[in-house]
Amino acid sequence: MFLQLKNITKRYPGVVALDDVSLDIIEGEVHALVGENGAGKSTLIKTCTGAISPNEGTIVIQGQEFSSLTPKTSEAMGVGVIYQEFNLVDELSVAENIFLGRAPRKGIVIDRQKMETEAAKIFQQFDIKIDPAELVGNLTVGYQQLVEIAKAISQKAKLLIMDEPSAPLTQTEAESLYLVVEKLKASGVTVVYISHRMDEIFRLSDRITVLRDGQKIETIQTSETNLDELVQLMVGRELKETYPQRKHRVSDEVLLEVEGITGSIVKDVSLKIKKGEVLGLAGLIGSGRTELAEILFGYKAKSAGRITLEGREISPKTPKQAIAEGIALVPEDRKKLGALLDVDIKGNISVSVLERISKFFTIDKRREEEIAEDYRTSIRIKTPNLEQKIKNLSGGNQQKVIIAKWLATEPTLVIFDEPTRGIDVGAKAEIYELVNTLVETGKSVLMISSEMEEVMGMSDRIVVLHEGRVTGELDRKDFSQEAIMAFASKN
Amino acid sequence: MYSIKNLQGAGNGAASFAKQFGIYLVLVALLIFFSIASENFLNSHNLLNVARQVSMLGIVAVGFAFVLLLGGIDLSVGSVITLVNIVCAWLMVEAGWNPVLAVLAALLLSSLIGFMNGWIIAKIQMPPIIVTLAMLIIIEGVAYLISDGLPIYGFPESFAVIGQGYLGPIPIPVIIMGIVMALGGFILGKTYFGRYFYAVGGNEEAAKLSGIDVNKVKYLVYTLSGFFAGVAGVVILSRTNSGQVLSGKGFEFDVLTACVLGGVSVSGGHGKISNVLAGVLILGVLSNGLVLLDISQFVQMVIKGSVLLGAVALDSLQQRKGS
Repeated sequence: MFLQLKNITKRYPGVVALDDVSLDIIEGEVHALVGENGAGKSTLIKTCTGAISPNEGTIVIQGQEFSSLTPKTSEAMGVGVIYQEFNLVDELSVAENIFLGRAPRKGIVIDRQKMETEAAKIFQQFDIKIDPAELVGNLTVGYQQLVEIAKAISQKAKLLIMDEPSAPLTQTEAESLYLVVEKLKASGVTVVYISHRMDEIFRLSDRITVLRDGQKIETIQTSETNLDELVQLMVGRELKETYPQRKHRVSDEVLLEVEGITGSIVKDVSLKIKKGEVLGLAGLIGSGRTELAEILFGYKAKSAGRITLEGREISPKTPKQAIAEGIALVPEDRKKLGALLDVDIKGNISVSVLERISKFFTIDKRREEEIAEDYRTSIRIKTPNLEQKIKNLSGGNQQKVIIAKWLATEPTLVIFDEPTRGIDVGAKAEIYELVNTLVETGKSVLMISSEMEEVMGMSDRIVVLHEGRVTGELDRKDFSQEAIMAFASKN
Repeated sequence: MYSIKNLQGAGNGAASFAKQFGIYLVLVALLIFFSIASENFLNSHNLLNVARQVSMLGIVAVGFAFVLLLGGIDLSVGSVITLVNIVCAWLMVEAGWNPVLAVLAALLLSSLIGFMNGWIIAKIQMPPIIVTLAMLIIIEGVAYLISDGLPIYGFPESFAVIGQGYLGPIPIPVIIMGIVMALGGFILGKTYFGRYFYAVGGNEEAAKLSGIDVNKVKYLVYTLSGFFAGVAGVVILSRTNSGQVLSGKGFEFDVLTACVLGGVSVSGGHGKISNVLAGVLILGVLSNGLVLLDISQFVQMVIKGSVLLGAVALDSLQQRKGS
């Protein structure tokens, strides 16, 4: 037994974030922690790292008992954490980052050579190919994460807590992360792995603990459960099919036609979207999917090509113009590009229609309230009131607010860029239903997704990009992961 | 997670009250302190005097608060005041213009300078602090060129009303400040473009992707900042009855202090006009009270600087808590 939580309770004013949770982490295992947003996973991690003190309960690390930890004792006891946001200095080298504050020295001078050799040793141990002298800022997110892991290892971490480590990674990067996790395990490091992605949980973990509403629901052997059971434990109700069936037929009418679009990544891309259709856009990260979406939305400039919407050629140069044409974009980076975090829910929903609901520059606040209230009920935004700042909402609810903003503009084409990234299963299913409602009412959807299952489950047709070019197009009956991957990786 | 956060918020009702109205508590505390410390402080004559003294500050602070909301800064307001001072005086005295026309021309000029600031910042994408600093220097130079550094005086008598007149017991500058503040509050609270200030200041890219013409918002905000500085310039000119090249010198720092005291975040996205008014009044009360207590100019500087530092520190601490 490496770590034991005994009857941990953490109360915040008015709410119990963790309610009498007990949990054992066995030495050397990969222990997955799952639950919807707000289930208490973060509070649990913070308890283990000493970032917060529980109100009740004890924490036992390697036989030593604590009523609460400080970050220092936690680190000294061998607990390391990989947060979603990295603690790396872009301007320093990989080795400098790993040994930040503990660099080996010769007198008063940093022993750079020794530092780099040490770093290289750690990388070698896990088969990671990174040059220790490279600047961290030059690395991709995936490699930066590996540097974080190496840093924790160099600090002699015996328990590594990873908070949704695969969320920012591409499929290939995620694959190398899995290998590293497996090597960590093989070398005796205990791993607590938090994730929304079911496939990796089943692939990596030995045991799974499910949290819901601050309570531990169950700890189960991974080998003795299955996806359905797990999802049911997480949401506490039976979910209908993950990808709900659509009842309508796609119209033959073309809504949007794109011919020969060229930008800085995309080259000569042509495609058509029909009315009432979900067109999936698949491809690896960097294949130009997001750029194509941004060109259609007037956010990036195209250097060549034509866009025709309902038979009319359009050339939106700003998002404002695209919105006026009936195009909406739910961007990939919710926090950076989607949400006005410090603005309340109502203001986030109304922001794109403010001018429409204003008279003599003055906002019709009753109308604004009505619109927000409509969407709050129709797409089930869970909030006590519309004056909540959106930064206080869970990822799934934030995404719903952003979708509401776009629905309010009454678009004919909605572009979703990774619509369910970092969102729990319950909210995911609701977003899928929303997409279905959209196409059933004759609107069209362009859906970019890196999740194979999602893009295959939701699309009527899939267009695959590779290095900025269309390399393949698949009809629903021909969908398969292999076919998409083949198009996505070929020249 | 919403439930946790929300209830936490409810539990922190007292704290959030302090955060919302804390600035007024500070103002009340200052009023009580000076009332006790100086017998000349608490009477209508002195208090109206304070109000008149801060009115120019209050007028400029509204435009300045808009700029801060946007995450920018406008260092040129002080020298816009100077230039308006000189140009308006020159038009009336040297060119013999009617005061109304001269005032309108001066306001147009100040708005134009503001627009140029906004245009350069938005189109060329230069940092506001550099653009407006350069503008500060240029405009000051122009003011010297026009006036040769000498005061311009001898205005038509009617012109003095703006700065020296009264409506009932209330000085006209205070009324102008009241109107400008009310206008500022209206813009931020009721209009769609006021809402855009917060959106752009909070997250410029998200604002753009929501269909907001971010550049237009910037033009508007810097133009308004120039315009309000122009209004203050005219009021100052009328009050002093002579156009002087030092009339707006260093004004930008007082305005910045007032806005930050009033809780306008220097990183953009947060702020309310009602609190800016409190910030303006605190500075006024502080200046007035310290003079009444016969505290030296130099000590006053130390105190005012400390107040600014304290206010920014508070803002930073709250930001950190919030994130």
